[in-house]
Amino acid sequence: MVGLLGYYLVSNTLHNLEKQSIATGFGFIHQESSFEIGESLIDYSAASSYGRALIVGALNTLYVSFIGIFITVTLGTFMGVARLSTNWLVSRLAAIYIEVMQNIPVLLQLFFWYAIFYETLPSPRHALHPIAGVFLCNRGVAFTVPKTHPAHAYMAIAFLAGCIIVYLVRRWSKKRQERTGQLFPVFRVSVGILLGLPLLTWWMAGAPTELNMPKLVGFNFIGGLNLSPEFIALLLGLVLYTAAFVAEAVRAGIQSVSKGQTEAAMSLGLRPPTVLNLVILPQALRVIIPPLTSQMLNLTKNSSLAVAIGFPDFVSVANTTINQTGQAVEGVALIMLVYLFFSLLTSAFMNWYNKKMALVER
Amino acid sequence: MEDIIQKTSKEEIKPPVVSVGVIGWIKANLFNGWFNSALTIVTLFFLWETVLPFFRWAFIDSVWNTTGQVCRDAGGACWSVISSNFRFILFGFYPYDLQWRPLLAMIILFVLLFFSQNRKLWKKPLAYAWIAGLFIMGLLLRGGLFGLDPVESTQWGGLPLTLLLSVFGLTAAYPLGVVLALGRQSKMRAVKTLCIVYIELIRGVPLISLLFMSSIIFPLLLPEGVTINKILRAQVAIILFTAAYIAEVVRGGLQGMSRGQYEAAESIGLNYYQTMRLVILPQALKIVIPPTVSQLISAFKDTSLVVIIALYDLLKTTQTVLSNPEWMGFSREAYVFVGILYFLGCFSMSNYSRKLEKELSRGN
Amino acid sequence: MDTESSVTTEQTLSDEAIIEIIDMHKWFGDFHVLQGINLTVHKQERIVICGPSGSGKSTLIRCINRLEEHQRGRIVVDGIELTNNIKNIEKVRTEVGMVFQHFNLFPHLSIIENLTLGPIWVRKVPKKEAEETAMYYLEKVHIAEQARKYPGQLSGGQQQRVAIARSLCMNPKVMLFDEPTSALDPEMIKEVLDVMIELAREGMTMIVVSHEMGFAKSVAHRVLFMDFGQIVEGNTPHEFFENPQHDRTKLFLSQILH
Repeated sequence: MVGLLGYYLVSNTLHNLEKQSIATGFGFIHQESSFEIGESLIDYSAASSYGRALIVGALNTLYVSFIGIFITVTLGTFMGVARLSTNWLVSRLAAIYIEVMQNIPVLLQLFFWYAIFYETLPSPRHALHPIAGVFLCNRGVAFTVPKTHPAHAYMAIAFLAGCIIVYLVRRWSKKRQERTGQLFPVFRVSVGILLGLPLLTWWMAGAPTELNMPKLVGFNFIGGLNLSPEFIALLLGLVLYTAAFVAEAVRAGIQSVSKGQTEAAMSLGLRPPTVLNLVILPQALRVIIPPLTSQMLNLTKNSSLAVAIGFPDFVSVANTTINQTGQAVEGVALIMLVYLFFSLLTSAFMNWYNKKMALVER
Repeated sequence: MEDIIQKTSKEEIKPPVVSVGVIGWIKANLFNGWFNSALTIVTLFFLWETVLPFFRWAFIDSVWNTTGQVCRDAGGACWSVISSNFRFILFGFYPYDLQWRPLLAMIILFVLLFFSQNRKLWKKPLAYAWIAGLFIMGLLLRGGLFGLDPVESTQWGGLPLTLLLSVFGLTAAYPLGVVLALGRQSKMRAVKTLCIVYIELIRGVPLISLLFMSSIIFPLLLPEGVTINKILRAQVAIILFTAAYIAEVVRGGLQGMSRGQYEAAESIGLNYYQTMRLVILPQALKIVIPPTVSQLISAFKDTSLVVIIALYDLLKTTQTVLSNPEWMGFSREAYVFVGILYFLGCFSMSNYSRKLEKELSRGN
Repeated sequence: MDTESSVTTEQTLSDEAIIEIIDMHKWFGDFHVLQGINLTVHKQERIVICGPSGSGKSTLIRCINRLEEHQRGRIVVDGIELTNNIKNIEKVRTEVGMVFQHFNLFPHLSIIENLTLGPIWVRKVPKKEAEETAMYYLEKVHIAEQARKYPGQLSGGQQQRVAIARSLCMNPKVMLFDEPTSALDPEMIKEVLDVMIELAREGMTMIVVSHEMGFAKSVAHRVLFMDFGQIVEGNTPHEFFENPQHDRTKLFLSQILH
């Protein structure tokens, strides 16, 4: 019965498409796109193919999602902990933030931040200058960044090397503790290494301090790091909205650990940092990670709303493609496939994590 | 043994002054320890710098009930963009003199919601009231019968449209979601696979892709000449979307049911449908009321996405006002207003959900 | 009600006081929960505290290891005065062990990891030594075979015995018990009380908040009755049960010893 219905629908579709002389199949991927894309991480022009355009869109989606997830988790954790603070003022403010941000549609928040840019912020000539080297105007935000220098590559390598060294140090100090019982200040040493090695490399490379400053040239800022209003509005809206949900997940996770656990640990004489690390966090994280993962997925899915404010994410580019080629079925199918891929990846991760972390019970 | 008997002292000893009363509260909540004290001071400073200017902009310098030009000359918030365009923002293109009809429909909805709050009223009469209410609301909007002038659905807009999409969305999605959840548990391979594929597919994609699908692809699926109106297309997309999430919520409830319930029903001789209808579902659905309300809140927020396919919901009517040259540039005020409307709706629902959760966990 | 061999309480206790509480008051906001407590506990002494709920008995022993803070008066444990001085508090906590009504074992760690946590991170003992101590105490509470299991796999009685062993691994001078058997099913109460009796036999200083009067009769040096935040009466078990002095005590006893 389902098969018959499917057949009926498909035949209708093909018939209608034929009537409107719309092609089927994915051949359009190789055709010239003839539209520009405002921001791109890779080279692209109107002469590039649709396929390339879609890749640009996908990369933009990933770009915004990664940065968004990173900031969201940080902000959300901070807000969740603040919500539990013993300081009434801090806890109330965090509660207000969480309630307000959760209950306003994310699209509205995106529009709001976008409007702030093109309505409230001044033109480049009168750009706001909140701190040295940062300019805010209705064309976006311009940051001063260090001028690209070979030393930066070396610093990155030094950082990676530092990560490996820190890992080895931790392993060694754990073994040492098991053998002799002595504690090693792993945390302080790790921070020292992760900060110190890149710093040392920088100094050895001649301590380059040249900055790449944004300069007002005509009607725009040239130089420095330029972020478009679309990008910032999208990022701000997504982050502020999702962080509220992450904050709730963090709060619920911390509260799920009963007070008795802290009391038992303290009565043994353990210090608060140790109690946090060995007793509370392991239990809290088990409760926090699943909803956290689903929020990260939500952020990625919500990034599709970029189409409404003109940021060229995957949906936005696919939409333009659909409009130009008329091949809606393939276009929408592509969109769904890409996001489905992200979702299944996340589900698989969550399943694996839950199995690994399940508390052993009878 | 030494005597440690307490002489009950007649005089009442008071706790130290710094630990009770207003001073005690301030000390305990704002200044206990140097870290918290520093935090309080920093936070107060931050509030002073941000909230105060905001209040000045929003209330003291604000302008109400004037034209756009006056607004531009004034420095503060221009709330006239709302007050002058109030009817359009709320009702969209609905004929001006007939706007009492969607207003009445909304009032009926709010009354029904108000009465549905009280769980003691959750009986047959309320269900009938809802069915009758929904029918009347549809009638009021559509017209065509009982002497009411017909109003094409293309003219529906604003808050009634948002509420319509949410309420009908959830009402239709709920049974569909329950069916999907049951199907997912079915022993028949084909049914189970179909349900799982549907649920995972819909939950894995953003709503916007479904809205695109419904507004662009649905017309292709139908034979020539048959058209569905735009609102219906969006409504179907929202229903399909919400149903998948409801299915997961219900699945949680079904998983919480112990085997003993199934076994008891079997031993009485009930068949599958009876077991589900009379024993399992009533319990499972009750358990998951809070997450279901949560879904309603999400559906309400998600209707705002229809702006992208150019349906005139609350958000789009607001944007239309802002594209009017007279009112250009006052997006902040307009969006803040719409934000407050959404916030009021969602917040009251989530408060209700929390209240319900407390009641249910106390086991009454 | 183990009467097979009640632990001798006639031996003269050393005069050395290990806990001194002097005119201690505590308020929860406006509520005067502990009103002028005076109590001296001697080394190797065993005290059982009973009383109606809300009388402050749990709060009293929680003040001894600073899980609760007192506002007035003094508490001195093994020569260390309890104030806001964090170092002192930590020192006291290593000398005082506590067993909770709801066990509070760490569910994400195995039994042996639960026991070695304190010694490794507070006393800085090497892992091997900590595990040997842990196994020793697990043997003592008759649960050594469960060492690699997790708390979720154990019954209530087993968990409480593990909790006792966990406190013992820190070699405390005093053990506090906050209604240790109240959350247990009846058939598991005996196994826990037996462990506590053995502990008493070895001379541990114990303060027990409990309604298990049989235990009090066979093991306690003193039984204290608390009501409305005050220690109303205290005496040897024999005197306490046979000749209660105050009306409140008599009322309470009649209610629990029907």
